[in-house]
Amino acid sequence: MAATDIEGAPRSADHALSGSGLLQRMQSRLPLLAGLAAMLVVLVVSLLVWGPGMGFPTTLSESETPAGERTVTLESTIRGETGDAIDRAVDWLTTEGDWLFDGISDAIAYALVNIEDALKWVPWPVIVVGLALLAFAVGRWTLMGFTALALLYLGFMDLWENAIDTIALITVAVAISLAIGLPLGVLGARSSIADNVMRPILDAMQTMPSFVYLLPGILFFGLGKPAGIFATVIYAVPPVIRLTNLGIRQVDPEVVEAALAFGSSPWQVLRKVQIPMALPTIMAGINQTTLMALAMVTIASMVAAGGLGDNVLRALQKNQSGNGLIAGLAIVFLAIIIDRLTQSIGSGEKGRMSAG
Amino acid sequence: MVQNEQQIQVEGLWKIFGDNAALVFEPEYINKTRSEIQDELGAVIGLRDVSFGVKPGETFVVMGLSGSGKSTLARCLIRLIDATRGAIRFDGEDILGCSEKELTEFRRKQIAMVFQHYGLLPHRCVLDNVAYGLEIQGIGEGERYGAAREAIETVGLDGWEDYFPHEMSGGMQQRVGIARALAVDPDVLIMDEPFSGLDPLIRRKMQDELKALQDQLHKTIVFITHDLNEAIKLGDRIAIMRDGEIVQEGPPEEIVTRPADEYVADFVQDVSSVAELRAGATEPSAVGGGGGG
Repeated sequence: MAATDIEGAPRSADHALSGSGLLQRMQSRLPLLAGLAAMLVVLVVSLLVWGPGMGFPTTLSESETPAGERTVTLESTIRGETGDAIDRAVDWLTTEGDWLFDGISDAIAYALVNIEDALKWVPWPVIVVGLALLAFAVGRWTLMGFTALALLYLGFMDLWENAIDTIALITVAVAISLAIGLPLGVLGARSSIADNVMRPILDAMQTMPSFVYLLPGILFFGLGKPAGIFATVIYAVPPVIRLTNLGIRQVDPEVVEAALAFGSSPWQVLRKVQIPMALPTIMAGINQTTLMALAMVTIASMVAAGGLGDNVLRALQKNQSGNGLIAGLAIVFLAIIIDRLTQSIGSGEKGRMSAG
Repeated sequence: MVQNEQQIQVEGLWKIFGDNAALVFEPEYINKTRSEIQDELGAVIGLRDVSFGVKPGETFVVMGLSGSGKSTLARCLIRLIDATRGAIRFDGEDILGCSEKELTEFRRKQIAMVFQHYGLLPHRCVLDNVAYGLEIQGIGEGERYGAAREAIETVGLDGWEDYFPHEMSGGMQQRVGIARALAVDPDVLIMDEPFSGLDPLIRRKMQDELKALQDQLHKTIVFITHDLNEAIKLGDRIAIMRDGEIVQEGPPEEIVTRPADEYVADFVQDVSSVAELRAGATEPSAVGGGGGG
C-alpha cells in the first residue's frame, strides 16, 4: 500500500499544475457552491414574500364551537395530532398487550419478593461480616473496613430494609439488562447492520429524560416496582450492549482466524474464543450497568418502587435536607461497595489476559 | 494422473478486493497493471492468475515483500479469504466449490495453519491451546490431551503444558503454534511467516528445528516468508511473488543462478554476497559472523 501511495503522490501534483486539474478541483466543489446559491435564493424569496420573523406553520385546522355564551376556537396542531396518535398507540398496546405486561409484572414481583424475603431472613451481622470478608478476599483492608462501616451505617440509620429493597430491585433490573444486553451486544459485534440500527436507539435510551418513559411504564405495568424496573432497564442496558460489542470487536483478528482455520463453527468461535477474550471488557460493561441501575432508584421511587429512593423522595417532599442527605449517602455507599466488588472480580480476569 | 501426483494444485487463482472485482476481467482492464487498475476501478488486486503445484512431502516456499499477496495466498488456501476466480485442489478435490460443512471437515482434518503472531488463545494454557483443534472436533479429553502431549514433546516443550502463552518467549509461543497444528495430524501445513517476529538467533534455530521435524514427518508445507535466505534454507521449491503475481518458480539453485528478472536478481544479489562471505571465511568464524549480524 505504501508503495502505491508514493507512486500516487507525484501524479496528483502533476494534475494540479495542468489546466484540466484546476477544472477538476472546481468540479469537486460544485455541490458546495450550488448549495450556497440555493440558500441565497431561498433567503431572498422568503424575505420578499413573508418578511422577517417568519414562523413555522404548525396549525393544521381551526374550528369554532359554541361553549355556553362564548365560542371557543379549537386548534388542531401537528404536534397535538402526533402526540394523540402516540397516545392511542400506547393505549392500544396497554389493552392488547395486557396479558404480556401482566405476566412480566407478576414474574418481576415474584422474583423481587423472594430476593427481599431471603435477604431479610438472614440476620444482619451475617451479611455485614460476609460482605466484609468478600471485600477482603477481592480487595484490601481498606475495602473491608469501608464495607463493614458502610453496612453498619445503613443499619443504624434505620435504612437496612429499604437498602435490601433497593438491592433486590437492582438485582432484578441488572439480571434483565444482562439477559437483553449480552445477546444484543454479541449481535452488534457480528453484524454491522445490527450495530448501525442499535447505536442511535442506545443513544436515545441514554439521553431521553427518564420521566418521558416513566409514564408509559406506569400505563403498561401499573404503579409499583415493575414500572420502576422497566425504567431502570431502559436506562441501564446500553453500557452492557456497547461494551460487549466493543469487547468482541477488539479480539485479535488473528486469533479468530486461527480458530476458524482449525475448523471452529461460528458458535465455537464465539464461545471458546471471542467471549472469553472479551470478558474483561464485558465485565466493565456489567459494572457500568449496575451503577447506572443504582442511579435510577430515586427516579424509580416516584412510581412507588420503594427502596432507598423512597427515603430521599420523602425527605425532599418534607423539606428535610438532613434526612435527604443521610439517605443519599446510603445510596452512594451501596454504589461504592457494588462497584469495588464487581470491579475487583472483573480486573482479576483482566490481569491474567493482558499480562505479557 | 498428473493431478494425483500433486497434493495441492492451484490453477489461475485471482483475488480482487473491492466492489468492481468483476470489471477487472473485462478485456479493457485485464492487461493493465495493478496500480492502473487500482486508480481506475478502485479495486485492489491481491492475487493475479497464480498457478502452482505442491507434491506430497514437499516444502513449497512463497516469497515476496509485504503487499506482494503472499499472505492473501496463504489465506485463500484455507479459505479464510475466498478467491475471486480459479481453482484450488487438494488431492484432486476442488475446495472452492465445497459446502460450509465440507469446508469445516477439510479444515479440521486435512490442513492446519501456523500464524505470524502465533494466534494463541491467551486464556488457555499450552496444553489446552495445543488440544484446541481436537477439542472442537468433539474428541474426548483423554484422547485429545494424549495427542496434544505428543505434539508438545515433538516441538520440545515438554514440561510447559500448564504455562500460559504470556509467560513464554516469542520462540516458545511459536512452538506452541506449531504443536497445535501438528496435534490434528494434518496432511498439509500452511505457515504464514511463522518466524518473522523472532530475533535472528532464535529464528535460525527454529528453521533448523523445522527442517529436522520435516525430515521426520514429511508433511506437505506451504511456507510464506519475506526472507530469501529462509526460503533457500527451507524450500524444496520457491515461488517469488510481486504485485500478486508469481514472477519466478523453481528450486532454490535455479532462483539464485538464473533469476528471471531484475526484481528477483535484486533479491538474489543479497544472498550471493552472503554466500561469498561464507565461502571466503572458515567455518567457525562464519557462524560467529552470522550470529553477530
